Amino acid sequence: MIALTINGAEHKLDIDPNTPLLYALRDDLELNAAKFGCGLGQCGACTVIVDNAAVYSCLLPVSALENRKIRTLESLGTIDRPGALQQAFIDEQAAQCGYCIAGMIMRAQALLETNASPSDAEIRAHMQTNLCRCGTHLRIIAAVKRAAAMGGITRPRAELASPTQGVVR
Amino acid sequence: MNQISRRAALTGAAAVIVALRLPGAAAQEVKLPGALSHTPMLNGWLKLEANGHVTVYTGKGELGQGIRTALLQIASEQLDIPMAQITLIGPDTKLTPNEGYTSGSLSMKDSGTAILNASAELRAMLVQAASAKLAVSAGSLATEAGFVVAADGRRVGYGDLVSAIDLDRKAASGTVLKDPATHRVMGKPVHRVDIPAKVTGGAAYVQDMRLPGMVHARMIRPPHYGATLLSLDTAATETVPGLIRIVRDGSFLAVIAKGEWQAVQAMRLLAEGAKWSAGTPLPAQADIFKIIRGLASNDTVILDKKADLPANSRSLSASYRRPYGMHGAIGPSCAVGLMDGDQLTVWTHTQGVYPDRAAIADLLKMPPANVRLIHVEGSGCYGHNGADDAAADAAMLARALPGKPVRVQWMRDQENTWEPFTPAMVTEVSAALDANGKIVDWQYGVWSNTHSNRPGNGARLLASWHIAEPLKPQPPTAIPQPEGGGDRNGIPLYDIPRAKVTSHFVPEEKLRVSAMRGLGAYTNVFTIESFMDELAQAAGADPVAFRLAHLSDPRARDVINLAADKFGWNTQASLPQGHGRGFAFARYKNLAAYLAIALEISVSPETGEVRLIRAEVAIDSGQAVAIDGIVNQTQGGVIQSASWTLFEQVMFEPAGITSRDWRGYPILRFNAVPEQVNVHVIDRPGAPFLGTGEAAAGPTAAALANALAHATKLRLRELPLTAARVKAAMQG
Repeated sequence: MIALTINGAEHKLDIDPNTPLLYALRDDLELNAAKFGCGLGQCGACTVIVDNAAVYSCLLPVSALENRKIRTLESLGTIDRPGALQQAFIDEQAAQCGYCIAGMIMRAQALLETNASPSDAEIRAHMQTNLCRCGTHLRIIAAVKRAAAMGGITRPRAELASPTQGVVR
Repeated sequence: MNQISRRAALTGAAAVIVALRLPGAAAQEVKLPGALSHTPMLNGWLKLEANGHVTVYTGKGELGQGIRTALLQIASEQLDIPMAQITLIGPDTKLTPNEGYTSGSLSMKDSGTAILNASAELRAMLVQAASAKLAVSAGSLATEAGFVVAADGRRVGYGDLVSAIDLDRKAASGTVLKDPATHRVMGKPVHRVDIPAKVTGGAAYVQDMRLPGMVHARMIRPPHYGATLLSLDTAATETVPGLIRIVRDGSFLAVIAKGEWQAVQAMRLLAEGAKWSAGTPLPAQADIFKIIRGLASNDTVILDKKADLPANSRSLSASYRRPYGMHGAIGPSCAVGLMDGDQLTVWTHTQGVYPDRAAIADLLKMPPANVRLIHVEGSGCYGHNGADDAAADAAMLARALPGKPVRVQWMRDQENTWEPFTPAMVTEVSAALDANGKIVDWQYGVWSNTHSNRPGNGARLLASWHIAEPLKPQPPTAIPQPEGGGDRNGIPLYDIPRAKVTSHFVPEEKLRVSAMRGLGAYTNVFTIESFMDELAQAAGADPVAFRLAHLSDPRARDVINLAADKFGWNTQASLPQGHGRGFAFARYKNLAAYLAIALEISVSPETGEVRLIRAEVAIDSGQAVAIDGIVNQTQGGVIQSASWTLFEQVMFEPAGITSRDWRGYPILRFNAVPEQVNVHVIDRPGAPFLGTGEAAAGPTAAALANALAHATKLRLRELPLTAARVKAAMQG
């Protein structure tokens, strides 16, 4: 039995400890946002936040994630009450097919939580790991800037108090 | 409307197509606009309910291009009903018209035009019905937000008129559309309807489907084309918890498990237990253009304008090359199949539910009526990728495990090595200039495999390649002019008195190929527009002025002038060291959207890296409905084409495809994204829809090559313009 803290709630899952987090999120918790893209950590479609860092959920086995705080796109808001960054993506119409967008938003969220007003170059450098095939990049950058300008992108209170901050690799 | 009359509306369409093809019949029938020409029954497109709600049916699928929103805008406008009161049903072989494929930038022209006219006709019918009910003249009535409104203020909801509306009839010809000057939705800013779910984790894709009792499958593919399964050791695989079934039919091999990760584990173990024959060796990559150029071809002269050649003309010639390219969807292909008794349903991101149904029915030897395909959005496809094959895989696996929904998703290496690529192409062009710098002769040839191996018959599905008794393959065919396949945009739009264009269709395929965004237009426009710059230079002319001097089409001139103006095109102005400017133009397919692009690049003298800095793009897609959709598609088209042009080629060696992942097939990342891509839309209110999605690909490629030539004095004619290739050229 693996205990995972996902979007503030604890889940006990009876799954193979080697299962990559992505499959636990999608199949066991029925969360749609994180996507399978390559399974190799090359595209970022599966990006989620673990202990405040953006990570590839396709590579991380759940056994490494007990006592870590995992956040997915679903934690930022809902279709009726989108979060600030989600709203910025809507305002900028920053999607074409949108398959990469959940990963893009979570990667950008991790940036804005540590750097409230990143420069254009900082945004590009930070987003370098995530691929978009439709060519929506300029709108993604614009959405991140819009959210930064609006302010109010903060870590959830519980995350700030996390005793286990650190980068998961 | 009940299911039976919907079927009648949709199947009635086939009969009309046949009737129109009878000799003499076509002349007597007035051709209805857009897709009404093949599906004329109004109830094929529209349904009105007693609560005033309208359902619109389309055979064109959302691929990320935003078509759902544009079609809703059209219906909302012509019906005078809020978008929120309309449900749009996408491609489904049980419910929607057969509109073939969602491809060729045709969704607005076909489906958009049909919905435009059908909606306008329904509005006219509602006004007539209200006129009778209110005993006032139809001319005194207006419509507003789902109501017919009389001059005295009385209002009748559309739903209250439903009993007087009979949509079980053919569309009329000559339906009067709204005056574009009165539009409130078409051409106005409207947010896309699909984006909120996509940014909040809604179930937006076929990959997100979770049907009750659904199980997960993974394919085990041969390592190479032509390899067959010699032996299979299943012992290790059978120990995987949750394994439900190993499915084998010849060399078609898959696992089905309860959980998705369990299926992946089983796939890996079964791959280790599989022994394959060597398969068909591929050519050496370095030889591919020589091979394409040398293979037997079926030649068609698609333009032959005769005129005398002036005595003092001088000629130039050149050859251009484009390698195999990959669609490269971020999400590998996926489908869900369910065999319920003798009825098969497949949820798929195919571009063509009807042709794919025909192919799957063929593959499974089932009556097509027992097979239903439902389009569910997938990751953007940009053409014929693994979608249809994954749908066939799901169908095969659903048949092997009846009563359970089976979801199959390909792995990254499977998508990369088995998807049909866009074909490698070679072009050869020579042209002559007279003493005044005008083009007086143009001789052009293009060599290519087919650009459509789309299904329709089951033999083209990957599963048929691998099953024990494959279906009989059908020979590849060329898409004829005027749309063309390999020769799409092969004919220059410029005014040239003497010209010959020959399409060399090469049937033999060395790699699996099919349709990718723009088909041959990308290579032909790259060639024509690169060569136009070479000719302009030879004539000592400004590239923009040189194009205008050979173009009489006013809409072509408009986009060229607008792009040049927005860019501040001035060949006298100096640019920073290592920078260059480039221009290009094309009218997609020579019959769709007009697009011109002016751009600036920088070239690194150390690495040879070409960086797109700014692009100004002018596009005329006819009447603009979703203007931001046109901008979004065009920005995306420029950036995707920049990726193809600067970075992309499918790598292979005799033993197989080596572009197995994103390291083996690098595409543009954020560090290479331009600073600006500004899109300027020329709206043509009331004009036919011309489509948008594929217009930018060719011009962007040529403009980049032209800017590289401007920056470095080097004319590179083989794609991609990688840093290594540019650096090698700079070093001489």
